[in-house]
Amino acid sequence: MANVTSTAGEPERLQLLRVLGPAHIWALGVGIVLVGEYMGWNFSVGKGGMIAGLVACWVAGLLYTCVAMIDSEVTSTVAAAGGQYAQAKHIVGPLMAFNVGLFLVMAYTMLEAANAITVGFLLDTVAGMQGHSGLNQQPFIILAIMFLAWLNYRGVLATLTFNLVITAVAFLAIITLFVSVQFGASNVPLDFSAVTTDPLPYGWVGIVAALHFGLWYYLGIEGTCQAAEEVRSPARSLPYGTMAGIMTLLIAATMTWYVCSGLVPWEYLGQAGTPLFDAARVTGSTGLMILLFVGTTFATLASANGCINDASRAWFSMGRDRYLPSWFGAVHPVYRTPYRAIVFLVPIALIFALGAPLDQVVTFSILSGLLGYTFMTFNMVMFRNKWPLDTIKRGYVHPFHPLPTIVLLILCSTAYFAVFLGYGTQLSAMMCFYIVASLWFHFRRYQFVRRGDQFTMPWPKPVGY
Amino acid sequence: MAYKPPKQGLAGQIFDVLTLLVLTVGALYIPLYLGLAGAAKVPNPIANPTWEALGQNATEQQQWAALGITDPAAANDIITARFDYSFSWVALIVMAVLVIGYFVMVVRLSDKEYREVIEERFGKKP
Repeated sequence: MANVTSTAGEPERLQLLRVLGPAHIWALGVGIVLVGEYMGWNFSVGKGGMIAGLVACWVAGLLYTCVAMIDSEVTSTVAAAGGQYAQAKHIVGPLMAFNVGLFLVMAYTMLEAANAITVGFLLDTVAGMQGHSGLNQQPFIILAIMFLAWLNYRGVLATLTFNLVITAVAFLAIITLFVSVQFGASNVPLDFSAVTTDPLPYGWVGIVAALHFGLWYYLGIEGTCQAAEEVRSPARSLPYGTMAGIMTLLIAATMTWYVCSGLVPWEYLGQAGTPLFDAARVTGSTGLMILLFVGTTFATLASANGCINDASRAWFSMGRDRYLPSWFGAVHPVYRTPYRAIVFLVPIALIFALGAPLDQVVTFSILSGLLGYTFMTFNMVMFRNKWPLDTIKRGYVHPFHPLPTIVLLILCSTAYFAVFLGYGTQLSAMMCFYIVASLWFHFRRYQFVRRGDQFTMPWPKPVGY
Repeated sequence: MAYKPPKQGLAGQIFDVLTLLVLTVGALYIPLYLGLAGAAKVPNPIANPTWEALGQNATEQQQWAALGITDPAAANDIITARFDYSFSWVALIVMAVLVIGYFVMVVRLSDKEYREVIEERFGKKP
C-alpha cells in the first residue's frame, strides 16, 4: 500500500501494508495457538486427571467459540491495528484501551517466552536421548527469540507466509500421529484404564481446576484481529480466518488429548514439557518421533513468531496514540513494520524465558488472556447498546446475542477460580500490577493523549452520549 | 476547543517506559523471587515402591519404560505428587474483590475519559 497523504499541512504518515488474506489470518490464529497442543495443555491433566483434562478441553473450546463469535463481529467493524485495543478505544474508553493493550502485550510476550523455553527443553530432551544430557538450553532460547524478531522486523508478509507453512506441517504432524496410532504403528497399545480406575483423582473440584490450563489449548486465537489493518478485506477475512481457526483447534485438541492420554501415564503427562513428542517416543517409531520433534519445533516457532507480530502491533498502536511514548509508534521506512516495538519487546521476552519456570510463564499468559476475555463480555454489550444493529454496517453479526456473552462471562468467572486453585498468588500479583498501571495511566500518562484522536471510525455519535 | 497535550521530552519518555518496565518485571517476578508463586503440588512418596504399589498396570509400565523410566523409585515422586486444593475463603473473597474492583475502577475512569473524547469529536451533548 502506498503512503497515505493526510490533510493539507500535515506530513505524510506511513501505513502498515494491506497484503494479508483469510489463509494468513488462519495461520496467524492457529499458528499462535497450535503450540497449546504441543505443550502446556497437559498441565490440566495434572490439575484434575484424565477426565478433567478432556472436560477442560471442551469447556475451554466453548469459551473460545464465544470469544471468536464476539471478536468476529466487533473486529470486522473496528478494522484497525491493535485488535481488541482499538475496539476498547472506540467502545469503552482510553483507560480500558490501555489495559487491553497491556493484556495483549503481556499475554503474547509470555506465550513467546513459553515457546522459547519449550524449544530449549525439547532440544535438551533430544540431546539426552542421544546420550548428551545436560545441554545448555539458554543459547537456543536466545537464538529462537532473536531470529523470529529479525523475521518480524523484515516484513509481515514473509513472516506470516513462513507461519502458514510451518503451522500446516505442525497440524499435519498431529493428524499423522493420531492416524498412525489408530493403524497400529505404536509398539505400546493405547491404555485408558485410568479413566475407570482413577477417573477424578481430585474429585469434581479437579474439573474446575483443570480449566486453568484447558485455556492453553486455544489461548491466542483472538490474535487474528491484531492484523486487521494489514488485511486486504477485513470484513471477510477476519471472521472466516478466525472461525476456521477455532474449528481446526477443536479437532486438534481432541485428537491430542486422545493420543496423549492413551499413550502416556496421566501422572507423567500432567507434568510433561513436550507431551506430543513424549507420546511419539512411547510408540517406539523413529519416524513418528522425528515428525513430532519437527512438529513441536515448528509449532513453538510459529507461535512465537505470531506472538511477536501481535505483541508488537499492540505496543505500536499504544505508542501511536501516545498511551506510551510516541517513539514506539514509528513504522520502518523500508519494511513498513513497527520495528521499534518489535525490538523493545525482545529483552522482556528474554527475561522471562531465561528466568522463570514454564508453568509460571504459562499462567502469566493465561491470566492476561483471561482478563482480555472478561473485557470482551461487557465490550460486546456496550457495542450493541451504543451502536444498535441498524446504526452502523457490520462486516459480520454474530447470532444469539447476548447468549455468547453470558456464557463467556460465566466461563471466565469459573476460570478465575480455577487459576486461584493453586496459583492464587500470581493472580493477586497480576491484579495489583494492572491496578497500579491503570492509576499511573489515568493520573499521569493520559495528559499526553489527544482526546479527539482516540475516535477515528466513521460512525455516528454513540447512543447515550 | 480541542485539548492540546503538553509535549513530552526525551527524559520524560524514558522515565515512563522505565516505570512500566519496573512495574511489569516487579509484579511478575517478586512472587517468584519470594517463593510465593507456584502450585502447591507436593509428592507423597511411598516406601519400597513397586509398579503395582504405585497403581501402574502392565501397559503403563511399558509406557514408563518407553519414556526412559524403568525403576519405580524414579517415578515415585511423579506418581504420588498431588495439588492441595484446600483454600481460605478470605483469600477467595480478596481475589474476587480485586478482580471485580479492578474492572469497575477501569470502566468508570474510562467512561470519564471517553466523554471527553466524544465531546471533542462530536461536540457537546445538546
